[in-house]
Amino acid sequence: MAEVPKDLKYSKEHEWVRVAGDAVVIGITDHAQEQLGDVVYVDLPSVGSEISQFESFGTVESVKAASDLYAPVSGKVVEVNDALKEHPELVNESPYDKAWMIKVKLKDKKELDVLLSPADYDELVASIS
Amino acid sequence: MQAPLKKTPLHETHLRLGARMIEFGGWLMPVQYSSILEEHRAVRQAAGIFDLFHMGEIEVRGAGALELVQKLTTNDASRLADGQAQYSLLCYEDGGVVDDVLVYRLQDSFLFVVNAANIEKDYQWMSQHVTPSCELENVSDRTGLIALQGPLAGSTLQPLTDTDLSTLLYYHCRWATVGGVRTLISRTGYTGEDGFELFCTAEHVERLWNTLLSVANPPKTCGLGARDTLRLEAAMPLYGHELDATVNPFEARLGWVVKLDKPRFVGKEALARAKQIGPRRQLVGLEILDRTIARSGFPVLKDGDRVGHVSSGTFSPTLERSIALGYVPSELAQVGCELSVAVRERVVKARVVPIPFYKRRK
Repeated sequence: MAEVPKDLKYSKEHEWVRVAGDAVVIGITDHAQEQLGDVVYVDLPSVGSEISQFESFGTVESVKAASDLYAPVSGKVVEVNDALKEHPELVNESPYDKAWMIKVKLKDKKELDVLLSPADYDELVASIS
Repeated sequence: MQAPLKKTPLHETHLRLGARMIEFGGWLMPVQYSSILEEHRAVRQAAGIFDLFHMGEIEVRGAGALELVQKLTTNDASRLADGQAQYSLLCYEDGGVVDDVLVYRLQDSFLFVVNAANIEKDYQWMSQHVTPSCELENVSDRTGLIALQGPLAGSTLQPLTDTDLSTLLYYHCRWATVGGVRTLISRTGYTGEDGFELFCTAEHVERLWNTLLSVANPPKTCGLGARDTLRLEAAMPLYGHELDATVNPFEARLGWVVKLDKPRFVGKEALARAKQIGPRRQLVGLEILDRTIARSGFPVLKDGDRVGHVSSGTFSPTLERSIALGYVPSELAQVGCELSVAVRERVVKARVVPIPFYKRRK
């Protein structure tokens, strides 16, 4: 069973969001990494770039497939996890911790309202697996 | 309507081992058990086993068997001794490839091992050429095949069998007993490593599989994901990717399998012409000079113009680089040629490199 931490919010596209004041940290879920299999490349935006809710902000690529990353919120990228460039396997090993992807300064806090609760995301995963 | 997917005798075993299953050539097959990268490395460094029940087996028997095999294949089967195997091709009259196969010469038959997705097509095509002095039988459903591959394949198998594997040479086979199961042991494979392919009857597949896993240091169970990355590093063609009816063997760098000095075989005239003209396009190895994978079907570009396509691409676990095979015009096929590949919305640099990408130390 894929792990779904209780202190996070989720998108239907299998990203997680950790809210910290007016910024959020974004990564992909345990379910997402399981489906992808061995991640070999992670392509992320650079610090300072703007991302828009529901639009692609990067790519994660496994041996089997390439998958777009969709922004769960809009805002300015203030930090990027550069470790994923050299160690993409962290996405498989530690999706909620070491493989955080970007930190974003929120443009509009209300955007968080459309994200899924852990219970809702759990249900979504159960319904597709 | 699509036929339901076929399951191998090891289906339940695979599920118990935690395999993720995918559709391949009409079969439900394990793509990975733990991780493609781990399974790949196990085969390069130790040993792995693969359920290859989906592969097809077609037997040719009778007084006219050799004559038929010679007519059907581009390689020269008359050079085979009993217990020897040969890589070969079936070609259409126009020189396009029907399938790539292994041909085994056994005591009183020839055994063709063919690609899963092509079993029916091959059997039909072979049947068109059959003569009264020989018979053809599709024995795929009752023939199991397990591959044991890797530098430790020999030391894994030796204690389980009554035959001396040190005298079983590459591309040779022999009948023996493995864990009480009568098995045709062939020193062949599709990984670029030393190893064996083990044929037995369908009802004994599970016993053979369990026997191979019963040893103190068992081989890693490997799925089709690792099978693909392993064969790609070794630059071995996969039908449907590097080979199909529109490709001739010279384009695929398989001219060495076409023996034009053989008296007569299907496609000979077209292949003789193709050889004389020389290939217009060629299969090349590509190293992708960016952090992405060039996947099957992606366009290959030269100075912005589309000149070819990627036939297979992956992340090479051994080289830790992005590699691909693809077709490009012959004038762009020399090692070092700078090309690019359209990867979704981006264009990434690529360079023609020698193949195979990986060659084991002997």
